[in-house]
Amino acid sequence: MDFGSINPVLLLASVMVSATPILFAAIGELVVERSGVLNLGVEGMMVTGAVVGFAVAVNTGAPLPGFAAAALASAVLSLTFGVLTQVFLSNQVATGLGLTLVGLGLSALIGKPYEGMKSPTLPRIDLGPLTDLPVVGRLVFGHDIMVYVALALVAGVWAFLRYTRAGLILRAAGENHDAAHALGYKVIRIRLAAIFFGGACAGLGGAYLSLVRVPQWTEGMTAGAGWIALAIVVFASWRPWWVLVGAYLFGGVTVLQLNLQAAGAQVPVALLSASPYLVTILVLVVISARGHHGAPGSLGRPFHASQ
Amino acid sequence: MNRRTLLASAAILAATAAAPAFAQDDPVKAGFIYVGPIGDGGWTYEHDQARLAVEEEYGDQVETVYQESVPEGADATRAITQMALSGADIIFTTSFGFMDPTVEVAAQFPDVKFEHATGYKTADNVSTYSARFYEGRAIQGHIAGSMTETNKVGYIASFPIPEVIRGINAAYIHAKKVNPDVEFNVVWAYTWFDPAKEADAARALIENGNDVILQHTDSTAPQAAAQEAGDVITFGQASDMSEYGPEPRVSSIIDNWAPYYIDRVGAVIDGTWESQQVWHGIDEGMVEIGEISSAVPEELKAEALDLKERIASGEYHPFTGPINRQDGSEWLAEGETATDETLLGMDFYVEGLTGEIPN
Repeated sequence: MDFGSINPVLLLASVMVSATPILFAAIGELVVERSGVLNLGVEGMMVTGAVVGFAVAVNTGAPLPGFAAAALASAVLSLTFGVLTQVFLSNQVATGLGLTLVGLGLSALIGKPYEGMKSPTLPRIDLGPLTDLPVVGRLVFGHDIMVYVALALVAGVWAFLRYTRAGLILRAAGENHDAAHALGYKVIRIRLAAIFFGGACAGLGGAYLSLVRVPQWTEGMTAGAGWIALAIVVFASWRPWWVLVGAYLFGGVTVLQLNLQAAGAQVPVALLSASPYLVTILVLVVISARGHHGAPGSLGRPFHASQ
Repeated sequence: MNRRTLLASAAILAATAAAPAFAQDDPVKAGFIYVGPIGDGGWTYEHDQARLAVEEEYGDQVETVYQESVPEGADATRAITQMALSGADIIFTTSFGFMDPTVEVAAQFPDVKFEHATGYKTADNVSTYSARFYEGRAIQGHIAGSMTETNKVGYIASFPIPEVIRGINAAYIHAKKVNPDVEFNVVWAYTWFDPAKEADAARALIENGNDVILQHTDSTAPQAAAQEAGDVITFGQASDMSEYGPEPRVSSIIDNWAPYYIDRVGAVIDGTWESQQVWHGIDEGMVEIGEISSAVPEELKAEALDLKERIASGEYHPFTGPINRQDGSEWLAEGETATDETLLGMDFYVEGLTGEIPN
């Protein structure tokens, strides 16, 4: 076996890039689920973010407005889910799946004129001497800005949930919405805010796909990334830093096996591709064997103040 | 209307719909099952263009329906059954992985005609059709071998099936002919369509020093990745992908299914449809070679076009001996050409390729 042509620094850098879309989507979904809502529409929101981000970036000639528009568009789309499930008490699973279908269809429609077009690229940051440092320079100081935004989001969500009053209230709504309601908190309003945030994050993840990782618009280009994000939240047992681990693991395995193949190493491709899912199942087994899982108590349950 | 009359009228409706007298006046319904979205810019896009050509050709005589992004496997059985139940007269299933589901559903609907792309299983109401993509691969191999500076050619393969392996072999043999030092690095993506993964695969190959990328996956993502990296050439797959020309995309294989689809739907309309197996190439126009771009030197372009002519006329077969298998044993003797049967079941690399085919 020859790993000579693999550059570990470039490999790690690629892992970070390929994990970023699912990291965005997963950290958003984590907040949604911690508030007690199961939104299975991540795929639909991501693909909407991908097309809106691409379209706006092409039209404005700059990628950052694309990201902003993607976040907004997906957040607004997620609000339809929010209103249906929170106000009209529709089934969360069915509505979430519906959101995915709507997102895929809508994005195909919006994206038609943008097929085959090129988007402005998001440059890597350049901190001069810092970026020129060997190894560390490329890994720590040599990414595009959105990689750092994703990492900052993870840290921010962690701190928010753990140390702030608002985070505590959000968790209360997720653990026991009746109790939270009895204490006078507006459960529906809290959840709508969480859904909005989750939508925005999924939109950023989608836009990262179409503007940085691929970079182009192709119909249905998320190709299941939203579902992986959902799996990562479970894998992480609803804890922010574990979402980071999960995203890098999922992204890492894909990039690693492609690189090993490109370098001519014999690797069991099918097994490696399946390994993140196997690990998720294993984690679930371990969690349930321990008797308590990290799932919020009210996850997926409908809430109405009259009950 | 109470429930009983509702049921009765539903039964009458069903009975009239099933009456053969009606069926003849109805337009022929042609269904298409796609593995990817119609906007993939590659494989599925071309199938859908051919569907539109069928509509154009027959107008009111035909009605077409399609379902896109159908996963290969059990879900395909459901989608094909659904289409047959909805009254399709002929169903085109356009991916290798739809083979068993197609044959399975066909057994339950003897009156519906099925056309399966790139497979090898037929029945009284199941035909297969495919294109000799390897003819185009030979030309790509020739250009790739001549233009690589690092002598490393990357190949993004989808699944280890004969069609894909044939393409790798054809490209390698012709790259090796013009450049004895050339080395092929094959990456198995295990997907037909996943832009992010395809782009990652292209990037991994480029980072490992490959300066030519061939792809056997359906999206244009590898082209975008190559363009971003710079100094890499690529070839359009299934569709022209000319929006990435003149560089990185220097040429392409275009699948032109329209004449075949028009022919087969026509056969259903006039009742002459019979099960068959066809495998058409450059000669019949099912495989087209996209414009060779200005990034290719004139002389090389002339060579490539000459190779195309010789393949089309039948003067030259891309698999002409002497060719050995990867293990060194003889496959084709001097001057011998490969039989279609061997090619259709090809499950081995030719001599010189490194790595193993995953199973």
